[in-house]
Amino acid sequence: MDLETMATNSRESAAQLPGTSLTFTDGLKAGIPIAVGYIPIAIAFGLLAKSAGIPNYISLLMSLAIFAGASQFVGVNLIALGANPWEIIMTTFILNLRHFLMTAAISQRIEPGTSKKWMALLAFGITDETFSVASLRREQKFSPKFVFGLNLIAFSAWNAGTWIGVFLARGIPESLKTSMGIALYAMFIGLLVPSLKKSRPVFIIALLAVAVNSLLHWAPVFNNLSTGWGIIISTVFASFIGAIIFPKGVAS
Amino acid sequence: MDQLWLLVLAMGAVTYLPRLLPMVLLSNLKLPPFWNAFFQFIPFAALGALIFPGLLSSTGNPGSAIAGGLVAIILALFRLNIMVVVLGGILGVFLWQAL
Repeated sequence: MDLETMATNSRESAAQLPGTSLTFTDGLKAGIPIAVGYIPIAIAFGLLAKSAGIPNYISLLMSLAIFAGASQFVGVNLIALGANPWEIIMTTFILNLRHFLMTAAISQRIEPGTSKKWMALLAFGITDETFSVASLRREQKFSPKFVFGLNLIAFSAWNAGTWIGVFLARGIPESLKTSMGIALYAMFIGLLVPSLKKSRPVFIIALLAVAVNSLLHWAPVFNNLSTGWGIIISTVFASFIGAIIFPKGVAS
Repeated sequence: MDQLWLLVLAMGAVTYLPRLLPMVLLSNLKLPPFWNAFFQFIPFAALGALIFPGLLSSTGNPGSAIAGGLVAIILALFRLNIMVVVLGGILGVFLWQAL
């Protein structure tokens, strides 16, 4: 047996253990692409908040206490427009409601017996990105330390980027900033595409979600539907159809 | 508004709640097979919905966004490391804008 097969075999047997051998450091490493994507977006957020006249400490507090990209951008816009506070809170809630689905899914993958305190801490760091990276790991179960490492590097990058945006980012060329806007989408593509090749059910269901979301986005009837609702509805609808057609899940 | 910090904390609270509830309520719960399959599909469906059509407005120009997205898809088809896919996507947009 050559070295590579041996390495693969040991990886696979590790993946089947009930508890995993994934460490805090593995979590930090898995989160590096997220950090790379977060920093420029957080810089952009800091800059936008500053140009909208939001006090620096408020922008920094937003990244610390909310830690959700889209709703922070929307929040800054609404605050600058002088929107009603309840409207701002409601919009934030709807935009982030999709995390409900994500934490529900990820809760099934964290080692059984993990304390509620750990779970409450980990819940704070679940974003579209940390969720995607964690749930597309081949290991079936994660140690809380792994998820904590993943969340921590993402959270640190998000906050570091906000500081840079608020205090330092004057001289970053516009073309570089807009090019970086694709970073997280490229990461999502890098996570999703290999799974599309591996499993037909995954291919069909992901495509269905794209189709439903496009319909909700472009069909004039759904003009009043926010992006947040669009993502929730298409995710739930596609997964529900998936569970009906492929009762054995992604491996059907 | 004078109490902007209060508003921000409220925004934080309504963001944390949907993250928190399933984590503490559903952990250690054995789901029936249908819901198990449902939750297995969630990441892939969510990724699909997150990517499209949001990708188109990520760079301020649908053309450059499609260019970057296509580079990322091609690199991902070769199962390259995720960092390579991310950097390739950025480079794709950058080149499109430069040309």
